[in-house]
Amino acid sequence: MKREHVKLLVLEIFAIVLLLVFFTPMVIVLINAAKTKIEIDNSAIALPINFLQFFTNVQRVVTEPNVKYFSSFTNSLVITTGSLIVIGIASSMAAWVLVRTKTKYSYLIFLFFLSGLVIPFQVVMLPLVRLLDILDRITGIQFADTYHGVILTYLGFGAPLSIFLFHGFIKSIPIDIEEAATIDGCSKPQLFFRIILPILKPIFVTLLVLNGMWIWNDYLLPSLVIGIGGDKQTLPLAVANLVGSFVKAWDLQLTAVVLAAIPVIILFLFAQKHIIKGMTSGAIK
Amino acid sequence: MKVFCQKVGKWLLKLLLHLGMIIISIPMVFVVHPVYSLVRWVSSTFFKKTLPPISLANKNSLFAPMFNKMTGSTTKAQTNRTFIYFLIPALGAFTIFVIVPFFMGVYFSMTNWDGINNASLTFVGFTNYKNVFADSRFIYSFMRTSLYSILNIVIINVVAFFLALLVTQKLKLKNIYRAGFFMPNLIGGLILGYIWKFIFNNAVPAIFSPGSAVTRTLITNPDTAMAALMVVVTWQYAGYIMMIYIAALQNVPLDLIEASKIDGANGVQRLRHITMPLVAQAFTVSLFLTLVTSFKQFDTVLALTNGGPSTLMPEWLSNWFNLPFAPNVKSLNFIAYNIWDTAYNMNKLGQGQAKAIVFFLILLVFSIAQVNYSKKREVEL
Repeated sequence: MKREHVKLLVLEIFAIVLLLVFFTPMVIVLINAAKTKIEIDNSAIALPINFLQFFTNVQRVVTEPNVKYFSSFTNSLVITTGSLIVIGIASSMAAWVLVRTKTKYSYLIFLFFLSGLVIPFQVVMLPLVRLLDILDRITGIQFADTYHGVILTYLGFGAPLSIFLFHGFIKSIPIDIEEAATIDGCSKPQLFFRIILPILKPIFVTLLVLNGMWIWNDYLLPSLVIGIGGDKQTLPLAVANLVGSFVKAWDLQLTAVVLAAIPVIILFLFAQKHIIKGMTSGAIK
Repeated sequence: MKVFCQKVGKWLLKLLLHLGMIIISIPMVFVVHPVYSLVRWVSSTFFKKTLPPISLANKNSLFAPMFNKMTGSTTKAQTNRTFIYFLIPALGAFTIFVIVPFFMGVYFSMTNWDGINNASLTFVGFTNYKNVFADSRFIYSFMRTSLYSILNIVIINVVAFFLALLVTQKLKLKNIYRAGFFMPNLIGGLILGYIWKFIFNNAVPAIFSPGSAVTRTLITNPDTAMAALMVVVTWQYAGYIMMIYIAALQNVPLDLIEASKIDGANGVQRLRHITMPLVAQAFTVSLFLTLVTSFKQFDTVLALTNGGPSTLMPEWLSNWFNLPFAPNVKSLNFIAYNIWDTAYNMNKLGQGQAKAIVFFLILLVFSIAQVNYSKKREVEL
């Protein structure tokens, strides 16, 4: 018993050291975000002279016209939540009818969706920009650099994985529930929104986390659909824009990086349990 | 031959009929049905007269079954309508924004698209594809990507597996460790690159050689840049893969472990013969995920090194292409970066698109091969 205790203690210490090593980069970035440029140039690891410098840096970043932090943050928020809702609802609806309608069509359409899983974004990105342009001209509705353009694009790219996961989950729901509801006089749409959607909650959380992290952090797609410096630029684009216009201004760059990373980290601290559970169960299914 | 022709003819006719059904059903469901439903509702509430649901009187007419299937009030018709209503948003967006550009891309890869002269594209056949395989830089890029992916897959999975083993022990703070190791995964690729650029260019020299002017850091030295990138990516991704292993490790039944302890198996034997076979499925998933993400690595490379420090192409490769001298290449010029660079920095969009299609095929073959191999190993383990 004693040996076991010693072993666990050693492991515990080892884990703590490892965790500290893992956190070092974040700590270095945080302390440097609270320095002036001269301080950083003098030493990148010394503690800052005045921690309040961080707020001065924040103020400079926030008021910087390239960044427009608050509007970028709002854009990121609107695009991410909008896409999450649209992807969640649209793909669960599609997956449900695909599972519950047993025809050749539904199987073929399911396979059609799955083909999207193997298409990397790089293959589609060049024509996509041009397609948005063509859609612009045909419909007269602007798609590039708008919320609905980005959200619909994300729906297109997010649908395959989401439908695949929903499909697997819905198959495990007993059909008796739906039959009972139908006998009680439930119409099809009611059946979906009142009965099925609440049952889908666990897989919904998984997809919120997976898609949310992807969309919030995505750079390539918004850089093409919105464009760096566009009206609707997201946080990663804003940071790239700042870095492009202030090369070597590490004080500003690091502060911008911290400001971009902090919302997700705060969210993570609050919803840790759900996020971790969601991410792992999503990957295994 | 005649039978074959008849079969093909029948099949084509069927296809045509199905296509026709789909084409007819969309306006029926979206226009005819709602309008007629409105009319019925108005007449029944305001004029106290109930109209019958649409159905063609002549049952033998070609369109009768179609009408009854789509606009009637039977459960069957209702199901059909729901099918279409519910499917259209996802299917439409997916078709328009993924499938259509994909086929446009196949066409563009055979044109001289340069991004400037968009109006007139000349069809050039397979010239772009020929150029892709004759492009020594692309072959170099492919080799670097493969090398990087293989090393990266091994490192991330080894690190992640040991982290998972560590945090599934009976440690006091194990939930904090799990969250902590996972945390870097929340930082997106681009931001990650900027963070580590600072660490490598400023913090690392300040720690290891304070006071001296540093000319070459880990990421500006072409020989170490890839190793540095692996550190960055492992830091970010190992926590996520760790979570997958944790979920698998927790499903290993405890009595098996106990039994092997009683039988006198030591830690390594237990790991090799009990734990690893039982988490084989998690290995398949993790290997697949790391393969795909390594192959598609883009944001981080762009932010960290902008494609990597310049270096000379290895001589054996330039000799292979019969080049008079070894050209300059970027040492982290991975395929995803190479495509982007070709398209947007050199304005050869057609060429870039051809590279992208080749990339797609490579990725497809690699991932299918990897999954098949792992599945086989799963059984053997």
